[in-house]
Amino acid sequence: MANPNPEQLVQIDYRPPRKDWMNPQVEFRKGVMCYSAAPKNLRYLDLPNPREWQPFDKDWKLPPDWKRIILEGMRDRLKRFRSFRLFMDICVRCGACADKCHFYIGSGDPKNMPVLRAELIRSVYRRYFTSAGKFLGNLAGARELTENVLKEWFYYFYQCTECRRCSVFCPYGIDTAEVTMIVRELLNLVGCNINWVLEPAANCYRTGNHLGIQPHGFKDSVDFAVDELEEITGVRVEAPINRKGAEILFIVPSADYFGTPHYYTFLGYLMLLHEVGLDYTFSAYASEGGNFGLFQSHEMIKRLNAKIYAEAKRLGVKWILGGECGHMWRVLHQYMDTLNGPADFLEPPVSPVTGTKFENARSTKMVHICEFTADLIHHGKLNLDPRRNDRWNVTFHDSCNPSRAMGLLEEPRYILRSVCREFHEMPENTIREQTFCCGSGSGLGTDENIEMRLRGGLPRANAVKYVRDTCGVNLLACICAIDKATLPPLLEYWVPGMEVAGVHELLGNALVMKGENERATDLRGEPLPAKEAPAHA
Amino acid sequence: MKAIASLTAVLALAALVYFLGQVEHLRLLFGVVVPYAAIATFLVGISYRIVRWSLSPVPFRIPTTCGQQKSLPWIKAGCLESPSNTAGVVSRLALEILLFRSLFRNSRAELRQGPRLTYAENKFLWLGALAFHWSFLIIFVRHLRFFMEPVPRLVVALEKLDGFFQIGAPVLYVSDVIIVVAILYLLVRRLWDAQVRYISLLADYFALFLILGLAVSGIVMRYFTRVDIVAIKQLAIGLVTFSPVVPKEAGSLFFVHLFLLSTLAAYFPFSKLMHMGGVFLSPTRNLANNNRMKRHINPWNYPVKVHTYAEWEAEFHDKIVAAGLPLDK
Repeated sequence: MANPNPEQLVQIDYRPPRKDWMNPQVEFRKGVMCYSAAPKNLRYLDLPNPREWQPFDKDWKLPPDWKRIILEGMRDRLKRFRSFRLFMDICVRCGACADKCHFYIGSGDPKNMPVLRAELIRSVYRRYFTSAGKFLGNLAGARELTENVLKEWFYYFYQCTECRRCSVFCPYGIDTAEVTMIVRELLNLVGCNINWVLEPAANCYRTGNHLGIQPHGFKDSVDFAVDELEEITGVRVEAPINRKGAEILFIVPSADYFGTPHYYTFLGYLMLLHEVGLDYTFSAYASEGGNFGLFQSHEMIKRLNAKIYAEAKRLGVKWILGGECGHMWRVLHQYMDTLNGPADFLEPPVSPVTGTKFENARSTKMVHICEFTADLIHHGKLNLDPRRNDRWNVTFHDSCNPSRAMGLLEEPRYILRSVCREFHEMPENTIREQTFCCGSGSGLGTDENIEMRLRGGLPRANAVKYVRDTCGVNLLACICAIDKATLPPLLEYWVPGMEVAGVHELLGNALVMKGENERATDLRGEPLPAKEAPAHA
Repeated sequence: MKAIASLTAVLALAALVYFLGQVEHLRLLFGVVVPYAAIATFLVGISYRIVRWSLSPVPFRIPTTCGQQKSLPWIKAGCLESPSNTAGVVSRLALEILLFRSLFRNSRAELRQGPRLTYAENKFLWLGALAFHWSFLIIFVRHLRFFMEPVPRLVVALEKLDGFFQIGAPVLYVSDVIIVVAILYLLVRRLWDAQVRYISLLADYFALFLILGLAVSGIVMRYFTRVDIVAIKQLAIGLVTFSPVVPKEAGSLFFVHLFLLSTLAAYFPFSKLMHMGGVFLSPTRNLANNNRMKRHINPWNYPVKVHTYAEWEAEFHDKIVAAGLPLDK
């Protein structure tokens, strides 16, 4: 499929159409939609209505009583989620959220304004669950639930990355991510789901990780990394798997040991943990930190997440350390303890190197690796030579979930400032809590959806371009596995020449290990910048 | 279209009462029955809505964090934007409710040649909304003078402040000017801005026109036609002391004002105006970002089907052995 070039893609018409939005009409076009989930994945996860179908088919093969199922599903969720009921009730349509959505900025489609995205279901809520809507109908902004409305839901709620940027600007904190999560649950009740979410979910359920890597494959890739590290550094590190009695269980997103540039971050972890002598283990059973249940249903979050505490208990560790990942950390921070806790078989996390008690994780007992590393650096436990990163002029992309569902803003910046010498922030409307999504989160990062991804990623890429042009930035650092997978093609399109790296890759480059060889290359195998003076101790 | 329909509806309501209010035996209806019915609807309605919200569970703690989490002791936490305790949450909500903190962040994105995306400061909506809500509150409090004898000192002081500029007789209240300007701004914005016009429902215009009608009828009574204040106060006190009287001197214009207020009160619980109560309950704003410190309980958390370690080990037994990884069995 030929993509439009960037000049064509930015010809965006922000003028809304003359026709009222209440008439549902969606054109499913390749490039701006995701394919349906394969029936085998639904069957594996015991999900309803597995079948062969595609969104651009006329007949979606819905169950005969689909309407009753959806409305019952809504009724049930209105009872179970205060957020859902409240967000259906209190929007005043002030429009403050409108131009805050990356998909709206990149597409100009008015139904990508968060307010209108939510109105797609709010109008149905009014029709069936409020007296004004029942009696006044269209006049009260209410509309019937029809098959076209359902198709419209599918289109637009799989065109929201659950990034929560709109909820920062909403005067009532209405969170479209929450609405999207509920609508996706409803769509799943009648079997309308996408493969890019359900295949990883099914794989994760079965093998323990999104990519479906089985235990021997996991062992191989970890061993491979250990070998490669020995070549680069001369130090042979230990990377134990399923080892009972370790102090700490280390969980990373599976892309870290299988994707590029994630892999360099993985090398960085191994170096760091070896260097401080951490007594830890990986798990082949819980070999995934990510959780695509977040993009399917609250129940699936719990089903996939359960293995983390279960494995921590089985292995008898004291606490859990988690790698760089975005939505993974939304689940770990805001859902895990509630769904699968209490983790009373673990101990409140204490860094064995510095003695720091991670008070902020005393109940969940899981620490973000950036918290762990920032603490090490703060206590002077690492010997760092930031000059080894001199080929990079770095900026930091806050990933949606760590920034807006966790508040992890300073830790990665502290690490970056310690391991590189050139660091520049992007404009303030595009970082921290106002950060822009990569445009491919929440299971939308598939190639068939590439045009919409490029559109949604425009605001992020544009801010990167700004610091490239003004400060000479050539590397975008981030702490999210989906970012690392989807930002390289995005930047290649909008800001050619920009590279993407994890924070711990840069840390790995700068880390001076005990007994290491004279380092000739960085973790990517690229020659290190020529030395001006001997490294400081 | 929607705006015209809403305006027509409000004008029709006002006209209806203006003329019917002159019919002798309907005065009891508009002076007593309608206000009581409206207030009853208001109180029962908003209580029902708020109780229903409060009774629906909050299964997950999902604050939107707009600042640094509390983590390592040497990193400064954003105690207002990412509060980790109740005091912080209360402050965050107070900022939100009293000063519209989130709306203050508003910016306007623009795609320019290049392409270059810019985000310009855009505080007008914040200013307009703040002006509207605060002037409404001040006017509401000022009106307590009609319902209380003696008039509370706070109300008198507020009136003095509101009439600070001592312009005209009767003295011009600044809040009267501000509320009309603010409503007009909100209306014009809704009509002018193509995006906002596109998302607007009939109800959005109706609420604005209704409140505008309420304000204008009040302003006309105060500044342009002389109405019998004593009679109106008699009626008002009669209502609140449950000994209603409808003095002959209360004119049609007053009935229009009272009727629009009654309409607003009765309409309130069924409308988006419930955001007044809802803002206190929003789970992205009224919960602390202490998720990993303190376990949040989900009252309906139920057991789910999982793929256990034992099942996993059984399925991949040979591969685990081949990889040299330890087995449980």
